[in-house]
Amino acid sequence: MMNDSPAAARIQQEIDDNAVVLFMKGSPMFPQCGFSAAVVGALTNMQVKFKGIDVLTDPSLRDGIKQFSNWPTIPQLYIKGEFIGGCDIVREMYESGELQKLFESKGVEFAA
Amino acid sequence: MAMTAEDIESMIKEAIPGAAVTIEDLRGDGDHYSALVVSPAFKGKNRVQQHQMVYAALKGKMGGDLHALALQTSAPDEA
Repeated sequence: MMNDSPAAARIQQEIDDNAVVLFMKGSPMFPQCGFSAAVVGALTNMQVKFKGIDVLTDPSLRDGIKQFSNWPTIPQLYIKGEFIGGCDIVREMYESGELQKLFESKGVEFAA
Repeated sequence: MAMTAEDIESMIKEAIPGAAVTIEDLRGDGDHYSALVVSPAFKGKNRVQQHQMVYAALKGKMGGDLHALALQTSAPDEA
């Protein structure tokens, strides 16, 4: 699952350095895919500070993130270094209130 | 190449024992599906692991031939 490629090292660095990281298509201001936009929407509603990383600007990252997490699709959300899931899981957790609880337990600030 | 709902269902059932699979073609275009998969094999696994099992069952089609599959998974007693 993990590997030593430069992309994997960069991904590890990003999720070590930032509490909430979203690997996505497009930028948080201009998502270029409905699934990425949905996750940005949930995080924005919760006023969570996150780093959006556009995989479309870097093909090695686009493939690398899929190998890194053994997950075939983008977006991918990481909180405190842990892979949380893609669009479906994030949406499900947001709607059930689980995501709020997770941010709370991880000590990430958000607006209820 | 798009996949049919039957293709998706049979691939999931083949790889995940005892799975109950409900597929919906969301737009009727053979490209945007939702799948509800309930299986005892999911017991004790978290959601990421459950989804990974379904993606593994689809043998690399997800993100390729299969652009959009909204996925929901659970073990029978959690449903």
